[in-house]
Amino acid sequence: MKRIPKPVFFIVAILLLLFSYTAIFGVSYYTGDVKHTVIKGINDIRWGIDIQGGVEATFVPAEDVDATDEQLESAKSIIETRMISSGITDYELYTDSGTDSIIVRFPWKEGQKDTDAGKAIEEISSTAKLTFRPGNSYTETKMNSKGEAVCVGPKDDTATVLMDGSAVKSASAAPDPENAEQFVVKLKLNAEGTKTFADITKKYVNQVVSIWMDDEMLSAPTINEEITGGEAQISGNFDAESAATLANQINGGALPFSLKTESYGEISPTLGENSLIAMAIAGVIALIIISLFMIIMYRLPGVVAVIALLGQVGLSIAAISRYFTVFNSFTMTLPGIAGIILSIGMGVDANVITAERIKEEFKSGKTLDGAIDRGTKNSLSAIIDGNMTVVIVSIILLLVFGSTNILSFIFGASTTGTIYAFGYTLLMGVISNFIMGVFLSRVMLKSLCGIKCVRKRWLFGGAKNNE
Amino acid sequence: MNNRLLRFTKFSKVFFGISLSIIFIGIIFNFIFGTQLDIQFRGGSYIRYSYVGDVDQKDLTDLIQDNTKENITVSYSTDMLSNTENKQAYTVRVEFAGNKAITTEQQQGLTKALQKAYPDASFKVQESSAIQSTMGFKFLMKCLAAVAIACLLMVLYVTIRFRRIGGLSAGVMALVALFHDVAMIYFMYVIFQMPIDSNFIAVVLMILGYSLNDTIVIYDRVREERRKLGAKEEIGYVFDLSATKVMKRTICTSITTLIAIGTVLVVSLVFNIDSVTSFALPMMIGVVSGCYSSICIAGPLWVIWQRHKKKVGKK
Repeated sequence: MKRIPKPVFFIVAILLLLFSYTAIFGVSYYTGDVKHTVIKGINDIRWGIDIQGGVEATFVPAEDVDATDEQLESAKSIIETRMISSGITDYELYTDSGTDSIIVRFPWKEGQKDTDAGKAIEEISSTAKLTFRPGNSYTETKMNSKGEAVCVGPKDDTATVLMDGSAVKSASAAPDPENAEQFVVKLKLNAEGTKTFADITKKYVNQVVSIWMDDEMLSAPTINEEITGGEAQISGNFDAESAATLANQINGGALPFSLKTESYGEISPTLGENSLIAMAIAGVIALIIISLFMIIMYRLPGVVAVIALLGQVGLSIAAISRYFTVFNSFTMTLPGIAGIILSIGMGVDANVITAERIKEEFKSGKTLDGAIDRGTKNSLSAIIDGNMTVVIVSIILLLVFGSTNILSFIFGASTTGTIYAFGYTLLMGVISNFIMGVFLSRVMLKSLCGIKCVRKRWLFGGAKNNE
Repeated sequence: MNNRLLRFTKFSKVFFGISLSIIFIGIIFNFIFGTQLDIQFRGGSYIRYSYVGDVDQKDLTDLIQDNTKENITVSYSTDMLSNTENKQAYTVRVEFAGNKAITTEQQQGLTKALQKAYPDASFKVQESSAIQSTMGFKFLMKCLAAVAIACLLMVLYVTIRFRRIGGLSAGVMALVALFHDVAMIYFMYVIFQMPIDSNFIAVVLMILGYSLNDTIVIYDRVREERRKLGAKEEIGYVFDLSATKVMKRTICTSITTLIAIGTVLVVSLVFNIDSVTSFALPMMIGVVSGCYSSICIAGPLWVIWQRHKKKVGKK
C-alpha cells in the first residue's frame, strides 16, 4: 500500500473543519457599525420565497393579444424598471414566449411589515398609460385600494386622447407650492410633447383637460392660458408616497399591452422564518444522531466519516452561499434543503460501503494495511456507479427546471423554480461527496493507519482479540 | 464466512406476492378514492389567513362564504408556534372549488372584509395561490417528461456499466424495481389522500436515484463475486452470496438516511410545515421500498432472466 505521511490526517482534518466553520458561519468584521463580509456564510444565502416569504405572479397579455417577442421583452424591461424604482432589487423575472407570459418572483425584504402582495402585483403590472383628454366625463366612481373614491371609464368627448405618456421626458414628485400637505407630480415634456401641449392648451383654454392613468382620472384642471414651456403638473390628492409611485410609473413608461394576472401566490415571511428555523434544528439533530451512529458502528473509519461529512456539509453550503465567487447567484428553496439532506445520505453511504468492506477484509484474514488497501479499492466501483446515477437525476432536474431549459420548446419556460434548487444542491452534494467522502476520507484513513498508537485492528472495525 | 447465507432467490415468489398484493390494494384504493391533483397541477385557488384570539368559526365561515360567493371549503388549524400577546394564533384556509384562478381583487376584497369584521383578530394573508388550469397541466406534463428522461438515462447507464453480467437484463430489472418504488409512493399518496404536487415529483426523482443506487451496489457485488467464482457457478447462489454480503451496508445506509429524513419529518410536524411534511413522509416510504425492491425484486428477477437465458442457450 502506498503510505501516506502521518501528519496528513491532522492537516486534512483541521483544514476541513476550518473550511466548514467558515462556510457555515462566514467571516466578517465590523468597522463601527458597518459589516464587512469577507467570506459568505449561511446568513448570506439568498432564500427563496418559500422560505423568506414573498410573491410569485404570472402575467399574460389581456384580451388575447398575440405579443411579439420584442413587445414581451420591452414589457419585461418596463416591469424591471418599476420593481427597481419601488425598491425591489432581489427578484427573478423571465418571459416565456411560448405562452406570451411574464413570470416574476420576489421575496419580501427582511423585516418588511407592509406585505400586501395584491398591491405589489397591481403596481408592477398596471399598464400605466398616461393620457390627456378633453373634458372630464366618466362612467362611474369606484373605491381604490386606499378606500378613496376615484372616477373611472372616460366617456363622450373624454374618450378621445389628446396626448399620451410618450410625450413625457421625465416625471418627478414635488411638494405642492400652494398646499404644504399635498404633493404634485411635475412633468417635463420632450420637444414634440412641448409643441403638442402648447397646441392643446391653446385650443382648450378656459376648458377642462383631464389627466388619466389607465382607466382612472387623476386630475381635471382648467386650462388658464397657453403653456409653451414644456412643463406640466398633475395635482391630485397625492401624498409623498403616492406622488413618487405615480412619477415612477410615468418614468417607467407604459406597457405595450395591458396585462392580466394569470396566476399568483404569496407566502408570508413569518411562515418562511419558522420553516427555516425548523430545518436548521432538523439538520443539527440529524447530524448529531448520524455522527454517533457512524462512530459507534465503525469506530475510527466512523470518525473519519464524520469529519468528511462536516466537510461535505460545508462544501454544500459554500456552493449556495457564493463562498466561491465563481458560482452564480442562487436562490435556495425548501426542496433545495432536501437535496442537501439526500446528498449527505449519499455521502454517509460512501463511507458505510468502505467501512463495511474493510471489516470484511479483516474477516478474510487480511492484515491492517492489506484490509484498508483492499477495502478502499473494492468499494470504489459501487460508490462511483451509485453516485453517477444521482448525477444523472440532478442534471436532468437542472436542465428541465432551469429558466432556459431543454424542454422549453415543448412546455415553455419553467413555471416553478423550487425543484431546480433540488437538482442544484443534489449535484453539488454529489460532487462534494466525491471530494470529501471518497477522496479526502481515504487520504485520512490511510494516513491514520501509519500512526502507531491507533494501529489496532479493533479501531478500524476488526475483531478485538487477534492483534 | 458463508455460514449465514440469506436465500433471497428461494423466497422470490413470496416477495413478488407481497409487492403485487400491495400494488393490487393500491389500485383498489385508487378506484375508490381517485387521484387528487394539487392546484399546482390542476389549477385553482386557495388563501390561508392567520388570526389571533377567539373568533366563532361558524360565523367566520359564513362571512367568508358571503364575501366570496363561490363554492368554497374552509378549514381551521391551531398555530402552535406564534403565540402573540398571550392570544392563541389560528390559521384558516379557504379553498375555492373548481380549477379557476381567483383575481387579486377578489383576494383583497375578502381580506378587507375580514379585517373590517374582526378588527381585533389581525387577519393576515399567510399564503395564497391561484393557478390557471392550463398552466398547471403543462407543468405536470413537464414533470412527467423529466421523470421519463431520467429513468431512460439511468437504465442506459446501468446497461453499459454492467454488460458483464448481462447488461440489458440488469438494466430492465432495475427499471422494474424503479416502477415498483414509484408505484409505492404513488399509492401512498392515494391511500393517505394527499394531492399530487411538485413535491411528489421531487420525491419520485430522489427515490429513483436512491433505489437505483441500492440496486447498483448489489449488481456491483454480483459482478465482483462472479469474477471470483467463475461463470460456471449457479447464478442464484452468486446472487444470494452477493446480497448477503451487502446486506449490512444496505441496512446501515438506509438507517442513516431514515434518521435524516425522519428528523426532518418530526420537526416539520412539530412546527406544522405542510410543505415539508408532505415531502418527508413519502420519502421515508420510498427509502424503505427502494431498499426492499433492490434486493427482493430487481435481484431475483434478474436471476430468473439469467436462468432462463441459460436454459434457452442449452437447447
